[in-house]
Amino acid sequence: MAPDTSTQIHNIGYRSYDGPRLGRSYARTSLFSQSLRGAYGLGRSAKSKVLPMILFAVMCVPALIIVAVAIAVPGSTDLPIKYTTYALTTQVIIGLYLASQAPQSVSRDLRFKTVPLYFSRPIERVDYVVAKYAAMASALFILTATPLLIMWIGSLLAKFDFGDQTKGFGQGLVSVLLLSLLFAGLGLVMAALTPRRGFGVAAVIGLLLIPYGAVTAVQGVAYNTGHTGAIDLMGLFSPITLIDGVQTAFLGATSAFPGGEGPSAGFGFVYLLVVLGLIVGSYAALMARYRKAGL
Amino acid sequence: MTVIATESLSKRYPRVTALDRLSLDIGPGVTGLVGANGAGKSTLIKILLGLSPATEGRAAVLGLDVATHGSAIRERVGYMPEHDCLPPDVSATEFVVHMARMSGLPPTAARERTADTLRHVGLYEERYRPIGGYSTGMKQRVKLAQALVHDPQLVLLDEPTNGLDPVGRDEMLGLIRRIHTDFGISVLVTSHLLGELERTCDHVVVVDGGKLLRSSSTSDFTQTTTTLAVEVTDSDRHPDGTAAVRAALTAAGIVLHAGEEQGLPGAGHILLVEATGEDTYDTVRDTVADLGLGLVRMEQRRHHIAEVFHDGDRAAQAAQAAQAAQAPVAAPPVPQFQTQQKGAGSDGA
Repeated sequence: MAPDTSTQIHNIGYRSYDGPRLGRSYARTSLFSQSLRGAYGLGRSAKSKVLPMILFAVMCVPALIIVAVAIAVPGSTDLPIKYTTYALTTQVIIGLYLASQAPQSVSRDLRFKTVPLYFSRPIERVDYVVAKYAAMASALFILTATPLLIMWIGSLLAKFDFGDQTKGFGQGLVSVLLLSLLFAGLGLVMAALTPRRGFGVAAVIGLLLIPYGAVTAVQGVAYNTGHTGAIDLMGLFSPITLIDGVQTAFLGATSAFPGGEGPSAGFGFVYLLVVLGLIVGSYAALMARYRKAGL
Repeated sequence: MTVIATESLSKRYPRVTALDRLSLDIGPGVTGLVGANGAGKSTLIKILLGLSPATEGRAAVLGLDVATHGSAIRERVGYMPEHDCLPPDVSATEFVVHMARMSGLPPTAARERTADTLRHVGLYEERYRPIGGYSTGMKQRVKLAQALVHDPQLVLLDEPTNGLDPVGRDEMLGLIRRIHTDFGISVLVTSHLLGELERTCDHVVVVDGGKLLRSSSTSDFTQTTTTLAVEVTDSDRHPDGTAAVRAALTAAGIVLHAGEEQGLPGAGHILLVEATGEDTYDTVRDTVADLGLGLVRMEQRRHHIAEVFHDGDRAAQAAQAAQAAQAPVAAPPVPQFQTQQKGAGSDGA
């Protein structure tokens, strides 16, 4: 190329950039929105939109049916199921969603070694971890809160008691917020352990389903043999039963534990502590994970 | 103006000293950083980006201290890693736009700069296709584009010609040259291939075992003395014309280099004569004419940067040149690298 570019019509030459540079917090926000969009396949290939969108639809369909039933059945005064029960019933869908999207959020960057490119930019390690964690939790929150919103709007259309419904809706939102934070943390930690996407998917599913199966089985045995004290204790060892315990103790939910009692408010405090501990622990584990993942 | 300045910069890991009291002063332009694997190049880049604290000493990039202004430095500096770093399932445009925003560019500016930059590195229609289908050369261009998209004042390019074929290598080197001449961006480029940097860089820094071996402009490296390559014919009177000329020139007090052309085709018939001035040319011409031989060629040879690695052998070489008439086949030039494991130096942080 000739040094004198002014004589070339088609080559407008190099233009330098004098505009604003918005710095670290803007970069963190950009990473957050890119990761959140990516969790639903937006900004990615058409193929990667399929699974999250299907799961999102599957998650909403029961809520629509519930609403349709509530409106259609004459004389009903409340929704057939509670707001807080919804996430427990659909936990397999939530698990599948997390297992498919947590690895795409973090394993991809590790596998294709994109992480060094992030850390060669204004953001720091804490920004990366916070953005990824917040994006995953927000994606889960959208997944779990949208059906609750549908149910709430439906209940208003069916002219159910506004105060009751709104209170139940609020309790449901707090519950799925806790669930989103807990699941996102656990899912990202498992996914960040391996650059292999397949292992990440398996690890997340394993973490959610195997403890749940074991806990439910032992709880069933304990219930049948009359050791009801062990039911609450066992509930501490799987993510979804933790959420169950917390919302039963504090959010007016009906427990899915055998016997349907769930922990008392006092023991529920232990549940809440374990949940918060796991959320903070996940964050710390992610920070430790990326200490060595720099250049 | 100084782009990169380090002052007795050291980085020690429990078992390895990656950088050992390295003091550098690098100005604008294209600077080559040469060293074998494990010489400390990657460690230096990590420190310059403010990602890894130095054990001792100080470093400043664009006048900003790396220990306290890492974020501000990374906003003004571009970095192209040595390894693959591109996700295969997004297009070059999407990827570079995202990276531009990660550097702090507003959305609209990020799109405009991406289109500009991809065009400048030579990616046109293919930029809308997923990166997974790109050739190595195209991937290198995307990697370069993401380092340039935020219009940095300095780019750090780590082995940008790795894995490229000779044509791709030449194109990449041409592009690196343009980054400075056309874009006005200073460049620090690492390589273990000296010949590449000779053609591309204004200034070359040689590090070995974490120590500064040499730092000077490329012209200093290659043009301090001119070497003439002389080839002559044989005649009946002088069946070995080369030997006869060598003897005659040595007698005339002219210094001949030995050994450096060994291994090349016809090397045994080429004399390397050190030219101290215009009169050397005359002496060679007259000597060849007096012997009644034909002068096949007499041309200027540039020194190769590789010779800096022989600095330790200089004395020995000079002695060898003195008795050049009987110069045996010298061993091929072997750079005096320490053979450290690269992993030991770069993974510790």
